[in-house]
Parts: sequence; C-alpha cells; structure tokens
Amino acid sequence: MSSIGSGYDLSAGQFSPDGRVFQVEYAIKAVENSGSVIALRGKDGVVFGVEKIITSKLYEEGSNRRVHSIDTHIGAAVAGLLSDARAVINRARDESANYRDTYQVPIPLKSLTERLGKYMHYFTVYGHLRPFGVSILLGTWDETNGPKLMEIDPSGTARGFYGCAVGKGKQNAKTEIEKLDLSNMTCKELVKEVAKVIYSVHDEVKDKHFELELSWIGKETGGTHQIVPQDIFNEAKTYAEEALNDSDDEDTDM
Amino acid sequence: MAGMYTTHMHLPRMVDMKEKVAEFWQEEASLSQPRKHTLQPIVTGTSVLGIKCRDGVVVAADTLGSYGSLARFRDISRLMKVNDSTIIGGFGDYADFQFIMKLLEQQTIDDNVVGDGVYRDAPSIHNWLRCVLYNRRSKMNPLWNTIVVAGRDFAGKPYLGYVDKIGVSFTDKSVATGFGSYIAQPMMRKAMEENPNMSVEEAKRLMERCLKVLFYRDCRSLNRFQIGVVTETESSISDPISAETDWSIGANPSGYE
Amino acid sequence: MYRNQYDNDVTVWSPQGRIHQIEYAMEAVKQGAATLGIKGKNHSVLVALKRASSDLSSHQKKVIPIDDHAGISIAGLTSDARILSRFMRTECLNHRYIYGSPLSISRLVSSVGDKAQTGTQIMGRRPYGVGLLVAGVDEAGPHIYYICPSSNFYECKCMAIGARSQSARTYLERHKDEFKEVEDLGELIAHALRALRDCLPNDNELTTKNVSVGYVGRDVEFTMKDDEDVEEYLKMIEGDEKKGGSGSADPEQGAEETMETQ
Repeated sequence: MSSIGSGYDLSAGQFSPDGRVFQVEYAIKAVENSGSVIALRGKDGVVFGVEKIITSKLYEEGSNRRVHSIDTHIGAAVAGLLSDARAVINRARDESANYRDTYQVPIPLKSLTERLGKYMHYFTVYGHLRPFGVSILLGTWDETNGPKLMEIDPSGTARGFYGCAVGKGKQNAKTEIEKLDLSNMTCKELVKEVAKVIYSVHDEVKDKHFELELSWIGKETGGTHQIVPQDIFNEAKTYAEEALNDSDDEDTDM
Repeated sequence: MAGMYTTHMHLPRMVDMKEKVAEFWQEEASLSQPRKHTLQPIVTGTSVLGIKCRDGVVVAADTLGSYGSLARFRDISRLMKVNDSTIIGGFGDYADFQFIMKLLEQQTIDDNVVGDGVYRDAPSIHNWLRCVLYNRRSKMNPLWNTIVVAGRDFAGKPYLGYVDKIGVSFTDKSVATGFGSYIAQPMMRKAMEENPNMSVEEAKRLMERCLKVLFYRDCRSLNRFQIGVVTETESSISDPISAETDWSIGANPSGYE
Repeated sequence: MYRNQYDNDVTVWSPQGRIHQIEYAMEAVKQGAATLGIKGKNHSVLVALKRASSDLSSHQKKVIPIDDHAGISIAGLTSDARILSRFMRTECLNHRYIYGSPLSISRLVSSVGDKAQTGTQIMGRRPYGVGLLVAGVDEAGPHIYYICPSSNFYECKCMAIGARSQSARTYLERHKDEFKEVEDLGELIAHALRALRDCLPNDNELTTKNVSVGYVGRDVEFTMKDDEDVEEYLKMIEGDEKKGGSGSADPEQGAEETMETQ
C-alpha cells in the first residue's frame, strides 16, 4: 500500500511532488506495526486497553507499561515506538505541571491535546528532526463535562473519538467497536468489551505472548486515572477468553 | 535643572558636569551594594508544634495569617498533607509557604503518576526542603519560613524534622517554631520526660494544652487550630477546633496597681 | 544487513516504519563480549566475559559500579558506556544529596532512557551504541534492568546480552523461575557463571583473567570481583558439564592461556 517516495521521502522537511510528506506517513506505519491499543468512551468514563506483545520470556511481568497517567485526571495509552512514546508522555506531564503552575487548576484535556499536538507537529516540519513514531490516546472524565477521548497521531493531528483503535489490529478492532452502543454503556461494561476486542484482534500465530493492560477513568474512579482493579480485570479477561472460545467454536461448526 | 537630556550644541557647563559626575558615582555606589530581595515577611503564621509519640507523630498549628498586628486571615491552613507519610507545618511568611506547598504538591503528583510505587518519605522531604531553603538563603533571597516536617520513614519509624530560612536543619523528639519554642517546647519536654511512651491521643491533648497557653501569651495567635497526625498507615489533618479558655485571671493582675 | 537509502540518518523513517540507524546501533551490542545478570530473592548479580585486545593489554573492564546500591555491566561501545555511567553516577549522587536516600532503580533507568532517546531523534546525533545491564537494589527489592541502544529499557528476571549470548538466554529461560527463590549469593553467582560459560567461543574456558563478577543485595553494597577474587566462584562450577561444549574438559586449573580476541 505504501508507494515508494523515491527521493522525496528522506526528510520531514520535504514535500513530494504530489503534496505528501512521506516521513510522516512512514512514522504512521511504525504505529501500525505495534501491538493494538484501543480506547472506548462510554457514558460515565473512558476505558483503555493494550495488547502488550512480550518479545522475551525473560522480562518481568508488568514491565514496560503502555498506559500512563498524565497528572491524576488524564489517562494515556501509547502505540508505536516505545522510546518515542516515553518522550511524548514526559512532555505531556511537563505541560500539565506547567499549566497547573500558571493557572492553579488541572489542565483540561482540550488544552493538553492542543499543546501535545503542537509539540508532535513540530517534529514533522524540520529536516533535522523526525516525527515521533507514536500515536497517543488521551482520556479524561469530570463531573461537569463528562468523558472525553482524543487521539494524536504522528502528524500531530488530534481527533476526538467515541471509540478508537490503533496498531496492528486496528481495522478488525474498529469493526468490533462499531457494533457497540458506546454512549449508553458504563465503564464497568466497557472494561469487558475492551478486553474482548483486544483478545479477538490478537494474532495467536504471529505474537504468541502478550499481556493485556486495562485502565480506566470515570465516575467509578472519582475522576482519577487508574489501572483497573485486579478483580474487575480478572472478570474482563475471563469474559474475553470465553468470547474467543465461543467464536472459535462457531467457526469450527461452520 | 540643566541635565543630561537638554540639547547642547556646545560643551555643557561645568556645573552640569559636576552633577552628572555625582549621579554617575551614586549609581556606581548602588550597583556595588548587595541586591536586596526578601527583607520582611508580610502575611505571617505563628508557632508550629510537633511531637513524636509511640505510634506516630503529632503536629499542630493555628489557622491565622497575621498582617503585622492585624489578625487578617483567620481561616488558612498552615498544615499540609504532602502524602500518606508526611505532613508539613509552616511558620513565617505565608506566601513563601504557599510556594513551597505548590512545589511539593507538584512533586507528589509527579511521583504518583509514574505509578511505580516510589514515594517520598518524611526524611526525603526534609532533606529536599533543606536543600531548597539553604540554596535560597545562599542567594540572599530566603523563603522566610520555618518548616516542621512530621511523618515516617521508609521503614515506618516516626520522624520529626525542623528546617528554617537559613537552612538550619535537625530532627528531634519535639520541635516548635516561633513563640512555641519559648512557651510550648518546655511544656512538651516536661510531658515527654514524665511520659516517654505517649500515645497519639495523649500527644493530641498535650498539643491542645500548649496551643491554649500560646493563645494566652502570643499576641499573634488565634484560638482556632488544626492538629495533624501521621501514623504507620496514614496521615490526616483535623478540621479546625478551638480550646476552652478562661480569661477571668486577667481581671485582677497584680503588680499593675 | 542490507544498505538502503533510508539508513543514513537516525531522522529517517523507512517505508516499512522502521528506523534503520537504531537497528544498526542494536547490532553494536552483539559485537561486545557477553554479559548477563540474574536477580534472586535478595541479590542481583552480574557476570561478564572480559576481552583483551592484545596479549600485551589488560582485559577490558565490563562491570562498572554506579552507587552503593547499583552497578552496571556493558556490551558494546565502551566509550559510550563511560558517558552513560558517569551520567548515572551523578544522578544517583544528586538524589542522595537532595533526598538523603538512594535513587530507586526504576527512576535511574528511566532517566538514562530519556537521555538516550534524544540521540534517536535529532539529526547529527546517534544512539548510544551500548547495552547496559543494570543491577540494583531499592525499597522494592533487587532488580535487573536492560537498557538497549534504542533507549528502551526492560525490567528483567534475568538477561544475557552480547556475542553468543543466545545460548545463555536459553539456559536462563529454562531456569528463570528458580532464581527468584535463591537466597544464597554464591548459588546465584554459580548459576550466572554456568550460563556465561555457554557464551564462550569454542576451546575457551572461564578463567580468573576473563571473568568479572558484580553483585549487590539488600544488605550488601555493590561489590566487584576480578582476577583472583573470582577463583572461589569458578570453583563452584568446576566439574559441571558445559552444555553442548567440550564435555569433560577441565574447566580451570588456573589456566593461563589468554582468550582469543574474537
């Protein structure tokens, strides 16, 4: 699908004759090679789920988190090049601290998305830099404004979503997500659905080992971003595994 | 007065030159003097008391921000819960204390969001404050505060520290700032001598007694205070309470006839 | 390894969404001599194979102490390792000065990762061509971290990097669940040395000249052992069968033959 830029794709500071910046498109490709990350915005919060592919059995469980908190009231999940992801998360945290220092209130998601989008975009404009190979999903909830979910891709574009998927299983995940009636589902219901989607898009053959990471922010958590508690996590995981087995059975029946 | 900015088509008069020279040397003189920054605290808090007891640390301060001799802000909190292991109390300039509180608040958020279980215990915060305060004093621009750091260390042992605007820092079984060091400290030390293994409840009652006496004797105090407690598992600051006082003794002072 | 037009700068993405310069930097680790780290219940242990560039020179130092509670071993460009170890030492030192307590290992490692990440994104810079195995102990217990040239870092149960380290990794994968219960430091080091032995080129043995050991524990400050001090540990694995190697060869009788620099 990727047309070779042939000579106009070596620098982020260069347009191709048909008006594309290939370096940005290649960076987006890097995100597509990473494990799936999805986020769903329900009626009382946002749930994040990550298919964290484990490349070596020697790593500790729980190492290399893909969901992070930016300040206490915003959750972020990242897909793509992990070292770039860390740089973006650190910047997001700096922006939040800076906003808090200036305005004495926690940063609204809109402001954070603007600032972070601008920052990521900055790296797509100059030849001596390269775009971040990261898509970051940001979510928040508060009493007055309810839940919000935004995604920023390597080009620096920010979009708001009800349900968002990035990474390997993006297409399949999107299909699954579109079947859900998101605005009427609570976080508790969504946690199970997120797990189910991750399990269903996970490719057993190519990536044997993966860890599921789930986190949420919403009314349940009082507006603080947290890792989903162990018991709810186990419930969701079981639900997802069962759903996978059911669908396998269906396939074999046919 | 003919000065530097009047246009001259010819050489300035000798008198002007003398003035100009004098101005020049005055400027030089002021440049060679030290630059002054914080010279005096404006809105101030009075004593903070702290005492280590058997299963934790108790710290107390009233809720008054004085504007000189005016009891101006009567509902400010001079105790701050930094995290589950530490409470700090601030004496001195309240604006500087707010600045310190904001720095610590941000640091706690930064520690929490990383989510790796790392947190700052009371000795770490005490150390950090010492660095900050000593650094500011070395720039001749102090944060005009004395801070009491009450909490526990990583091993769970009670910890009580003191650090002031010139960077003096130490730990002790009981600490007090301002007027408290003259009036309350002897009371606390005597109580600890008689009862070395005080419980948190006994320590709280001791604090109330000390604050009552301070209210009698310290003209910049208020009979409305908060008590903070840090135990092995948590830290909390009470809502403001008042002590019962008896001013009838003031009716017949002797020696003033 | 192919050459293509996308592999000259670290600021160029390839059409497949890869950054070749970073991948090439990871190769530098494979050029270095093997080193590995294991964590037990209370200790973290590092062992490394040292190479000598000629018969006249000493063996290259592989284990570097960072603080009382942490040390690293390296594989790759030694000069890059110097820069990073100096950075780590100042981070630890500053933390001790400001907070009066040792810097927790996860924070130390992520600060190294953040510093290394800038080299992967700016024209004219390059990634650090060295893999670090960090062994440390903090409030949360013993740790082994692997920091790779891509600036990614991983918390590991155990890890082996460097030339011929795949066989060591195989040994480690087989035993990884045993290690976390091992309380005896000597036993842990013996495990590590057994795994290290599998990284030797043929007809070579572990000797006091080419092995370096570093360890740290909850009540043990980071300690490095070299030369004669390694003898006691080598004795522990004397007689053990070398996996897939010259089976019954005598591992050590104080063999003075120097290792081939290969």
